[in-house]
Amino acid sequence: MSKGEVVVLDFWVSPFCMRVKIALEEKGVEYEGREEDLFGGKSELLLKSNPIYQKVPVLLHNGKPLCESTTIVSYIDEVWPSPPLLPPCAYGRAQARFWADFIDKKVFDAVGKIWRSKGKVAESAKEEFLEILKQLEGALGEKDYFGGDSFGFVDVIAIPLTSWFHAVEKFGGFKVEDECPKFSAWMKKCMQKESVAKIIPDPEKVYEFVIMMRKMQGIE
Amino acid sequence: MSGNDTTTLRWLLKKMRIRNDEQVNLIIFLQLYSLFLQPLTFFFSSEFLETMEDEVILLDFWPSMFGSRVRIALAEKGVKYEYKEEDLVNNKKSDLLLQMNPVHKTIPVLVHNGKPICESSIIVQYIDEVWKDKAPLLPSDPYQRAQAKFWVDYIDKKVNSPGRKTWCTKGEEQEAGKKEFVEIMKTLEEQLGEKPYFGGETFGFVDICLITYYCWFYSYEKFGKFSLEAECPKLIEWAKRCAQKESVFKTLPDEKKVFGFCIEMRKMFGLD
Repeated sequence: MSKGEVVVLDFWVSPFCMRVKIALEEKGVEYEGREEDLFGGKSELLLKSNPIYQKVPVLLHNGKPLCESTTIVSYIDEVWPSPPLLPPCAYGRAQARFWADFIDKKVFDAVGKIWRSKGKVAESAKEEFLEILKQLEGALGEKDYFGGDSFGFVDVIAIPLTSWFHAVEKFGGFKVEDECPKFSAWMKKCMQKESVAKIIPDPEKVYEFVIMMRKMQGIE
Repeated sequence: MSGNDTTTLRWLLKKMRIRNDEQVNLIIFLQLYSLFLQPLTFFFSSEFLETMEDEVILLDFWPSMFGSRVRIALAEKGVKYEYKEEDLVNNKKSDLLLQMNPVHKTIPVLVHNGKPICESSIIVQYIDEVWKDKAPLLPSDPYQRAQAKFWVDYIDKKVNSPGRKTWCTKGEEQEAGKKEFVEIMKTLEEQLGEKPYFGGETFGFVDICLITYYCWFYSYEKFGKFSLEAECPKLIEWAKRCAQKESVFKTLPDEKKVFGFCIEMRKMFGLD
């Protein structure tokens, strides 16, 4: 399985970094995770490897950098083809890319709006968030995974964001399980996978992190 | 089956000692086959399959730089398609658009044999994968492909908003939009370097996704009061190079027509 040296410039609570690590785990690729101190100061390596955005994750494959989590996951799928994350047919791949793009555009920001605000603003942010989850439930349909019978590209892109749900449920006073049971069932199924369970952090720790962020941004 | 055929067949069956009543059944079967079933085999012949064309429809809006990407990609591949203009000025989205893109309700949408594909950069990748025998748009090497996708994603995230501000806003907001737009173009110019195209020696995915802004530069410059050629001469050289390609110059709307569209929209938004 080894196709060279693989390093991930990482930050434990970043759902974007989790995507890359889950993909590597799925493929059975050995990698070195290097935690970045995003508050204390980004490493020289990060700034050099991602001069445009200066963000994690960065995948370094034999020293060559790749940036932007969705692009990195596509790359991992191409270099280590087994098991495949994207479907074999062009139309299926376009659909997978569409939903990955939808998730990228909508979910993280919606989650952010809930924990970054209070009162009425948080309330309408919660409604927006649940609307998005319902749209994703529509895309999931009766399938086990977004990928169909097996865990695939869209599942990898989506599941890490759910590690932040516990925190926003607490702030928003709601439960995803009650509002979107199908989505919740999909989350549970994914969490049973070894690659996912290994990488997704304890939701309580994420909640503590979000509390800290709120304090830092003067929201409390 | 002709009369001669039937006679010959009966002789043959008699020689094979097949009973008369069975001969009759066989002949009836063969007559029915040659009348009804045999002609249908034509539809499985390569002759027919080659003439049968994919049904490709593009839902679009003429000034859209996103729609243009799809048109250029289809032209590069020599794909015939039906173009359907959406009346977005009057915000009259067709039933077909709302049905084919219920999530975003935006153009462009490619409808291939009845199945919709949405989001321009995703559509271009789809076109490249389906019509793969001609004019490859993405590199074959996975690292180069990832680089191409990174830069298309950068263009998608960064260019439209400040570009729009240069023609669609006033005062400080317009000034800030213009500064940001020039910065982004300089970053792209740096990425281009000494290569003839972003794709290297050949016109590709990144070139397609950026060149469709070229017909808008005139409007940005006129309203924003700046010269992109002065700020990013190499990028403009690249744009002129791309504009010499048939797929590009036949697709991009005239920049003066785009300018007229901007004037109309500014009036509608109460800016002038």
